[in-house]
Amino acid sequence: MTAASVAAVAAAAPITHTRPGESAVFYLLGAVAIVAALGVVFAKNAVHAALALVGVLFTFAVFYAMQDAPFLAAVQIIVYAGAILMLFLFVLMLVGVDSSDSLVETLRGHRIATGVFGLSFVVIMVGAIGHAITHASAVGLTSANAVAGGNVQSLARLIFTTYFWPFEVISALLIVAAVGAMVLAHRERTDRPSQPELMRERYRREDLVSALGHSAPGVFALGDSAARPALLPGGAEDLDSVYPELGGSAHGSSAPQESTP
Amino acid sequence: MNPANYLVLAAVIFTIGAVGVLVRRNAIVVFMCIELMLNAANLTLVTFSRLRGSLDGQVIAFFVMVVAAAEVVVGLAIIVTIFRTRRSASVDDANLLKY
Amino acid sequence: MTYTAASGLFAATWLLLLFPLVGAALLLLGGKALDRAGYQFATLMPIASFVLAVVLFFHLKSQPTSGRAVDDHLYSWIAVGGFHVSAGLLLDPLSMIFVLLITGVGSLIHIYSIGYMAHDPGRRRFFGYLNLFVAAMLLLVLADSYLGLYVGWEGVGLASYLLIAFWQYKPAAGTAAKKAFVMNRVGDVGLSLAIMLMFATLDKVDYAGVFGGVHHIGHADLTAIALLLLLGACGKSGQVPLQGWLPDAMEGPTPVSALIHAATMVTAGVYLIARSAPIFDLAPEARLVVTIVGAVTLLFGAAVGCAYDDIKKVLAYSTVSQIGYMFLAVGLGPAGYAIAIIHLVAHGFFKATMFLGAGSVMHAMDDQVDMRRFGGLRSVMPVTFATFLMGYLAIIGFPLWSGFWTKDKIIEASFDKGGTSGYILGICALLGAGVTAFYMTRLMILTFFGKRRWTEGVHPHESPVSMTAPMIVLAIGSAVGGFLLILNGGVQHWLTPVLGKSAEEGVHTVNGTVLTIITLLVVAGGMSGAYVAFGRPTVRIPWTPPQAGAVVTAARRNLYGDAFNEAVFMRPGQYLTRFLVFVDGRGVDGAVGGLAALVGGTSGRMRRAQNGFVRSYALSMSLGAVALVGALLLVRFG
Repeated sequence: MTAASVAAVAAAAPITHTRPGESAVFYLLGAVAIVAALGVVFAKNAVHAALALVGVLFTFAVFYAMQDAPFLAAVQIIVYAGAILMLFLFVLMLVGVDSSDSLVETLRGHRIATGVFGLSFVVIMVGAIGHAITHASAVGLTSANAVAGGNVQSLARLIFTTYFWPFEVISALLIVAAVGAMVLAHRERTDRPSQPELMRERYRREDLVSALGHSAPGVFALGDSAARPALLPGGAEDLDSVYPELGGSAHGSSAPQESTP
Repeated sequence: MNPANYLVLAAVIFTIGAVGVLVRRNAIVVFMCIELMLNAANLTLVTFSRLRGSLDGQVIAFFVMVVAAAEVVVGLAIIVTIFRTRRSASVDDANLLKY
Repeated sequence: MTYTAASGLFAATWLLLLFPLVGAALLLLGGKALDRAGYQFATLMPIASFVLAVVLFFHLKSQPTSGRAVDDHLYSWIAVGGFHVSAGLLLDPLSMIFVLLITGVGSLIHIYSIGYMAHDPGRRRFFGYLNLFVAAMLLLVLADSYLGLYVGWEGVGLASYLLIAFWQYKPAAGTAAKKAFVMNRVGDVGLSLAIMLMFATLDKVDYAGVFGGVHHIGHADLTAIALLLLLGACGKSGQVPLQGWLPDAMEGPTPVSALIHAATMVTAGVYLIARSAPIFDLAPEARLVVTIVGAVTLLFGAAVGCAYDDIKKVLAYSTVSQIGYMFLAVGLGPAGYAIAIIHLVAHGFFKATMFLGAGSVMHAMDDQVDMRRFGGLRSVMPVTFATFLMGYLAIIGFPLWSGFWTKDKIIEASFDKGGTSGYILGICALLGAGVTAFYMTRLMILTFFGKRRWTEGVHPHESPVSMTAPMIVLAIGSAVGGFLLILNGGVQHWLTPVLGKSAEEGVHTVNGTVLTIITLLVVAGGMSGAYVAFGRPTVRIPWTPPQAGAVVTAARRNLYGDAFNEAVFMRPGQYLTRFLVFVDGRGVDGAVGGLAALVGGTSGRMRRAQNGFVRSYALSMSLGAVALVGALLLVRFG
């Protein structure tokens, strides 16, 4: 806690009751949030669950905004509802959405035990919190936000001063996660032959044309041109290899004659 | 209304998320339930930030969001990999490591 | 008591030990290269020792009487604080006699073994063990401290064990060797306790120190030392109650029986008591116990000797009985020490003669030992018969043969002890002489006279010269040895410096001549009894022993000595062992194994919880967390 925020705590008057508007919104959206959360858990179709999750995220964004955390509210909508939810849906589509999950429990006694757990946890947590907050009062963030001239500025000051080191570490974590996701999801194609393998494969067919794709310059002729006669083993030019139209003595489209001087 | 009532709501949402993790078999839905729990925790942090008049809670909530993003990225990649080899996204199917 | 330091020729005393030790080391470590020639070398070793012993004997004889105890200090053996033990050899008249006996008889038996073991594949090992035995026995009699004696004592025990079990492939031989070792161990514990008691009371274990300090030991301690020494002597010499191993020891090769279990090792107990004379002189109660042990043993051995048909067993029990005579004599104190030693030497000769004769007979009869299947061998094996006859006449105390001179002395000395105990001991000894005559006559008749009761395929023949020559030498020794030893009180005077003045000049309880006549009558009675029972032409000796009354049956079973040991020591030991095995198996192993099985079984069931489902694991963790938080809140606010 910085010196400025200490001063703000000292200055502000404690809030024991929220404004009526906030209360109304809380109760309304709280009910929505619980229903949506139950929807996430009990929706048969995963896409429906994702949509219910969107509802929860939006209500939470509203709660953040009501509690003097506008930056987090924006991030909640942009990052969570925008990016992460899209990622969920994307993977859902990738995996296949056509199969809706069976909700029949396969593990014996699991559902009962889970029910026991849920009930006892709610009772304990709500009981404990309710017991603790009977006389709770909020300091409020008005003065804390005012330190640097606004919520975003004050958060930025904290992040880049007090929490600078965790911030850097978390950025590194994010990069590692991104690389890790690529490594995990990337499939190495092991069945594709390499270039040397392809080359050897071509030569194995004992056919130079297929090996080289087309006649290489200097092997059959001095150039690629159809007007160039082929060279005979002795080095002499074979005019029979060139069509007459191009100055050779070949007969039509037939192959060059073997009988040459 | 007492401003601390947000904490009660967060506890309820957290429990619903935990129960979801325990009862659902689809790995993606399980991840969504984990997001529910993380958000409940975030709400708690923001509420405490307000109760105490300090912005540290919001900063940590911000960090939690980043970590959640990283976790979702890696987790979903794992799910995709498992799905590719086993043609299934059910957490109960990956039960080879046992007695 | 002080000893003269060794100088001049006496400084070579240690060579006596060295020769056989080198022989043993060479043969046992030398390997197969010595298989062919090793035994000849080994035979030379005791002969070399014997020659040296004779030279030393005459040199010792030339010394004045006071200088005849020579201590050859070799090196400082143990030096811990105020406790010093030197490794040294004591050559005095007593040990000289033993050295001559051991090396002399030992040499002859080595020569005999050349013929006897000619075809045995383990000949090299056998001669190595024999050499080892001679070395250990010499150390036993030559050591100048009880500790050195103990080393030799254990050494002969080891050699005896190895030689009894020489034919390991025979289960009986292995069992007999183990029995000998274990029963010897009982006696050895007594000896070691005696040495520890000496150390505790005197801080000394060398002869000079102990004998010089006996007057400072309390009477109770002294008696305890003496009785513990007696226990050791009983173990080694096969005296009641530790007699059981000696007859069984006859499972070894016959030369071994002759050398170790008749002539030398078994007399170590007599040597020990004679050597400890200064201690026993001051402990009359212990001496009384010695005489009782001797008297009981001589009757025991004689009685059992009558019942056996195994020629070597009869001779073995005869040995037990004769050593009983020696114990009786040494128990009499100064009056009997010298007589005991004389009888010991004479016995060494005639018993070795007879054992070698028995070996010769067995050699001829395809290693049979049952006398019921011998008979009429006199004409077939004349040399063996003649030499055996010499031994026979010697042991029964036939006039002029050596037993006549030595055993009569013991009977006489027993009566001379005086009092009721003197009469009882004397009558025991007299009775023993009669029974000895009976069973030895029986042995002679069954073996050499009467009809030929041989099994089919047996063709007896006389043994080779290498075997008969030692027998002849020993037979001469048994014939005239006793007279030579007793001549002019030679040995008695020779031993006086060590054992004190013999009380021969004292008053006799019974007139010597009368006693001799009585003894001869008793012996004649025994002989004629045996003739009537077995020797008359009308008597038929069946192959299988006939049914017999309770007394004979008891004698055939060693007077239930083995049965007693089995019932009193072996059975409870076995039950204890079984109980311990049970406790170990069910209790200890049960606890350990049960714990392991419990852990294993529990794990086997609990690992079912590892079902591979992530959700189950998550549920367990969640429930755990709830329990934890609940407990925390309960403690905080409950």
